[in-house]
Amino acid sequence: MTGSETLPADGLLAASWLLIALPLAGAAVLLLGGRRTDRWGHLLGTATVVAAFVIGLLCTVQLTGVEGRSVQVELFTFIQTGNLDVSAGLLFDPLSALFVLLITGVGALIHVYSIGYMAHDNARRRFFAYLNLFVAAMLLLVLGDNYVALYVGWEGVGLASYLLIAFWYQRPAAATAAKKAFIMNRIGDVGLALAIFIMFAQLGTTSYAGVHGSVGLLAGGTVTAIGLLLLLGACGKSGQFPLQAWLPDAMEGPTPVSALIHAATMVTAGVYLIARSAPVFDATPTARNVVLVIGAVTLLIGAIVGCAQDDIKKVLAYSTVSQIGYMFLAVGLGPAGYVAGLAHLLTHGFFKAGLFLGAGSVMHGMGDETDMRRYGALATRMKVTFVTFGLGYLALIGFPFLSGWWTKDAIIEAALDHGGTWGWVLGGVAVLGAGLTAFYMTRLMLMTFFGQARWGDGVHPHESPPVMTAPMIVLAVGSVAAGFLLVQVFPLSGWLEPVFGEPAEAAHVVAPIVVSVVVTVVVALGVLTAWLFVGRREVPVTAPVRVSPVVRAARRALYADTVNESLFMRPGMWLTRALVFVDNRGVDGVVNGAAAALGGSSSRLGRAQTGFVRSYALGMLGGAVLVAGALVAVTAG
Amino acid sequence: MTLTYYLVLAAVLFTIGTVGVLVRRNAIVVFMCIELMLNSVNLTLVTFARSTGTIDGQIIALFVMVVAAAEVVVGLAIIMSIYRTRSSASVDDVNLLKY
Amino acid sequence: MSTFPWLLAMIVVPVVGSAVVAALPRGRDHLARQLALGTSIVVLVLAVLATVAFDTGGERFQLTTSVAWIPDFGVSFALGVDGIALVMLLLIGVLVPVVLLASWRDPMPARRSMRTYVAWLLLLEAMMVGVFVATDVFLFYVFFEAMLVPMYFLIGSFGGPRRQYAAMKFFLYSLFGGLVMLAAVIGLYVVSNSQLGEGTFAFDALRQLDIDPGVQKLLFLGFFLAFAIKAPLVPFHTWLPDSGAEAPIGSAVLLVGVLDKVGTFGFLRYCLPLFPDAARDLAPWVLVLAVVGILYAALLAMGQSDMKRLVSYTSIAHFGFIALGIFAFTTEAATGAVLYMVNHGIATGLLFLIVGMLIARGGSRQVRDYGGVAAKAPVLAGVFLIAALATLALPGTNSFVSEFMVLIGSFPTRPVFTILATVGIVLAALYILLMYQRTMHGPPRGVLLENDAPASDADPAPDADPVPGGSGAGGATAVLDAPAPAATRTLRVRDLDRRELAVVAPLVALVLVLGFYPQPLIELVTPAVEATMSDVGADPDGTTPSAGQPTADRKGND
Repeated sequence: MTGSETLPADGLLAASWLLIALPLAGAAVLLLGGRRTDRWGHLLGTATVVAAFVIGLLCTVQLTGVEGRSVQVELFTFIQTGNLDVSAGLLFDPLSALFVLLITGVGALIHVYSIGYMAHDNARRRFFAYLNLFVAAMLLLVLGDNYVALYVGWEGVGLASYLLIAFWYQRPAAATAAKKAFIMNRIGDVGLALAIFIMFAQLGTTSYAGVHGSVGLLAGGTVTAIGLLLLLGACGKSGQFPLQAWLPDAMEGPTPVSALIHAATMVTAGVYLIARSAPVFDATPTARNVVLVIGAVTLLIGAIVGCAQDDIKKVLAYSTVSQIGYMFLAVGLGPAGYVAGLAHLLTHGFFKAGLFLGAGSVMHGMGDETDMRRYGALATRMKVTFVTFGLGYLALIGFPFLSGWWTKDAIIEAALDHGGTWGWVLGGVAVLGAGLTAFYMTRLMLMTFFGQARWGDGVHPHESPPVMTAPMIVLAVGSVAAGFLLVQVFPLSGWLEPVFGEPAEAAHVVAPIVVSVVVTVVVALGVLTAWLFVGRREVPVTAPVRVSPVVRAARRALYADTVNESLFMRPGMWLTRALVFVDNRGVDGVVNGAAAALGGSSSRLGRAQTGFVRSYALGMLGGAVLVAGALVAVTAG
Repeated sequence: MTLTYYLVLAAVLFTIGTVGVLVRRNAIVVFMCIELMLNSVNLTLVTFARSTGTIDGQIIALFVMVVAAAEVVVGLAIIMSIYRTRSSASVDDVNLLKY
Repeated sequence: MSTFPWLLAMIVVPVVGSAVVAALPRGRDHLARQLALGTSIVVLVLAVLATVAFDTGGERFQLTTSVAWIPDFGVSFALGVDGIALVMLLLIGVLVPVVLLASWRDPMPARRSMRTYVAWLLLLEAMMVGVFVATDVFLFYVFFEAMLVPMYFLIGSFGGPRRQYAAMKFFLYSLFGGLVMLAAVIGLYVVSNSQLGEGTFAFDALRQLDIDPGVQKLLFLGFFLAFAIKAPLVPFHTWLPDSGAEAPIGSAVLLVGVLDKVGTFGFLRYCLPLFPDAARDLAPWVLVLAVVGILYAALLAMGQSDMKRLVSYTSIAHFGFIALGIFAFTTEAATGAVLYMVNHGIATGLLFLIVGMLIARGGSRQVRDYGGVAAKAPVLAGVFLIAALATLALPGTNSFVSEFMVLIGSFPTRPVFTILATVGIVLAALYILLMYQRTMHGPPRGVLLENDAPASDADPAPDADPVPGGSGAGGATAVLDAPAPAATRTLRVRDLDRRELAVVAPLVALVLVLGFYPQPLIELVTPAVEATMSDVGADPDGTTPSAGQPTADRKGND
């Protein structure tokens, strides 16, 4: 925080709750309206998001004129009891404005694309309802002015993601992937929740202003704990190590979902969380270093696994994991990296969404085939898709002067500038990642668009309708220009200054031009290697079986699922079964046993009732003698 | 004193009655033994009434006789009906009321 | 109007209604249903009016009515409500009409009539109201035990195949706890007799007593046992899955939704204010039971193959959260716990109802007999999902607010227990989504396949889904009236009809409204919770942040 007052909002900014309300209302109408809304549902869904984009744009314009570029909108009291006071309030500042524009902008494009992509699905209305729900939740996530609001949005996008991954719920794989995504996200959510609990216990508040303003009062260990727990939450949502396994599985959802949620917006929420909590992380170098390590490790994991996948969407998914690793790495660097990380987040939002839409277009033309080994030579069949996809590809691998080049190089520079051994290691990892990125993406391009046609007889590749290609073109333009615009024309660092403060001019360890040259060379090497391995020879239609252990490991995602399964799922299942047994036989057994013992002893005692009158008489006599004896004893004694 | 004789007689009668109830099977005999016990108690009551000079004991004895008469009526009726249905007056044969 | 005996009316109206319904001639089932529904709506209106008449800033107990009952023992028929009891009354008021409507077409077992069923339900409503509004401990005990009778008959006469067993178990468990509590009630009377010179059962008088710590502990345990069985906390829980599974759906909703809340309500109303020292001393042990319950019941829920048992186990886990909130001794957590009591009634009630509707279609309680229902009955699946999300406390549903308040309020005083409990939210997601996925998602399976597909184009592998973990579980394997194949062919899985929509709509609305705007409820409850907290010696103003000065001051410094 820069010490400037956060002003109450006026004008259009005061109505910024409409940003959330519009898509939410859209979702409600579509879900409650039922089949009556089938005919125009997709149009309504798209319209709400477009409207939200316009409002967001106007709000942002108005924000530039506001002193301190930060306004607050108080809506209503959410929870107030004792010392707990959570209000439903919005905070519109440069950081949230950035995300609002990304979410609604890319969101609107993808809504438009989906009109075409889902045209033949008879549940298209439901699809748009869920998409709207997602946009609303995501906007709440980035607009909330306290951690509880963020948490509400956080789990809200988790729900939307669940619903959308399981959109084709008849497929067991989709249903399972959705559940997996939700559960792994929830593990992260526990971290976020606990962080909020600590904030409340220590500081008595959960608002950004309150927490960030008094982080200094906390003991070092406490801040570190908060930081690490926030990071756990961020890892869950952003598919970072060790919670990365759900993201590739999430590709079971329709492709626009993959583009919007699992590439451009939701998975970047972790980056948002860390950037938003900058004051917390500024106070704890330990947690910040863990962010760095997580980012670097994930970056490599994603890139390595991406090299060995044959499913076009999985390659892109692992690429997303890897690119978000870059962003984590950047925000883990502290003030030097926030802007670089967020810039990469934005450009990534453009080109990765574009790539996914391109992949969707390819699948659309190929009868929903996702195996790249059954593609090939599509460049001539789908010209628009090829060109837009190609531009996205170039932006992603960091072709000079395209988006990715500007932002990824900035991250690599910042990593090197971190200084010392750390700086070299992180920078090296980042450069290596760039090379691997070039390799797997070139492999993807070659297998999909070049070489021999390998598809079957029944497949007739064709270009997608304009309603789908138009968003792809827009995103391709963004992929080309966004980096230049954000770095050179409207510098992001200046826009975000009220949030992160004045960007410090770092002392460069390596001159930027050298970095650029080295990275470009490494990228070129990656491309060349891919050409040597894939482009030069015939691609077999079925994946070769006899491969090196490295490839085998990469194909199985470095055994992440195996580890999860053997470490958590199986023991959990055994534990559950054991406990069910214990509960039925043990806890309930004791109770039923006691009942049975009581019943048994009573029936055994009942045996004494023989039915012979004379034995009863004897009993009575004995009793009488006993009583008489007792009387005598008492009177005598 | 003379009191002792009466009491001893009553005790002997009671014991005979008790033993009879316990060892005999014939319901009629058991019944008569119960009457014997009741009358031994009556004897005791009257004895003490006489020795203390009050009439309480005698009154209670009269009550016992009334109750005994009523009991004989009910009891014999039950024995009769059991005998009619089961052709036996042995108490060991009527043991249906058990666990 | 303020002198109108709202509370008494809320007891009398359903009793009269019950008597009238029971006196109807045989065969007038439809009239019986209508009368009962009307009666329960009158009670709902009374509850709402009572809420309007209630002044949140006023006395602790309001709308009081008191008549001497057994003057020799100081027993009076004293009624009154605080905010906590009031929200429970509202919950009863909402749930009973919903339940009646949901039971509209329930098939009755042989020789049982709908007339008797609804008569018992109304009587149960009266007893439940009584238990929450009694301010005389003896009267509370009377209602506490009397509540068992209608529920015993509801389970034992109208339930599933093992209803006799379940009803007996329910009755004996509760009776056992109740008798131990009776001993403690009498003990309390004796103490009051020696301290005040005159024995009394009046709550307000007993609250002033200064009881010797040893005696306090014993009396606390007496009350606690009864409530822990009722609530139920692990390890006193095994009656609930049986009762929940065997009870007819409507009764199960009331059983889990309201009746069991008497336990947690008792913790707050009686255990804490009457025995503050014992409560403080024994709180760690209670918390152990609570947290063990959260995790243990969640794992067990995962292992259930019977949907109704599964839902019952989820409730046990939720009762762990409520107990955690109560025994953390902070205003925030305890308010959350009270809210949790209401929200759990709504959310689990909804889940039970929707599961019941599914069972009514498929004729089986087993998860494995269903699959792909979403494709055939999307509205049912949607409501199921909302209920499921409310059960796993997703933000935006009512349960989130209460669970969040319980956890955030407990954390400052009991961090370790809270962290363990928070792990429970992952398990909650697991058990509920597993059930949802197995029944709603995937290709049509089980009863759906038999029902819908002609033999020729039936999917050859209906059991192809090898999801592990569920079916291997032991325990309940009872299949509800296993339908003959010939009969099922004609039965189609249809979506919710108008009546069923009317049943779920109010609950769905409450789930969402209370999820986004819970503050009115919180304001109703907070004063009563603050009073309870000051009784038990905790700071009623809530927890103090452990670092630095209070927030209000700090804001100025920025």
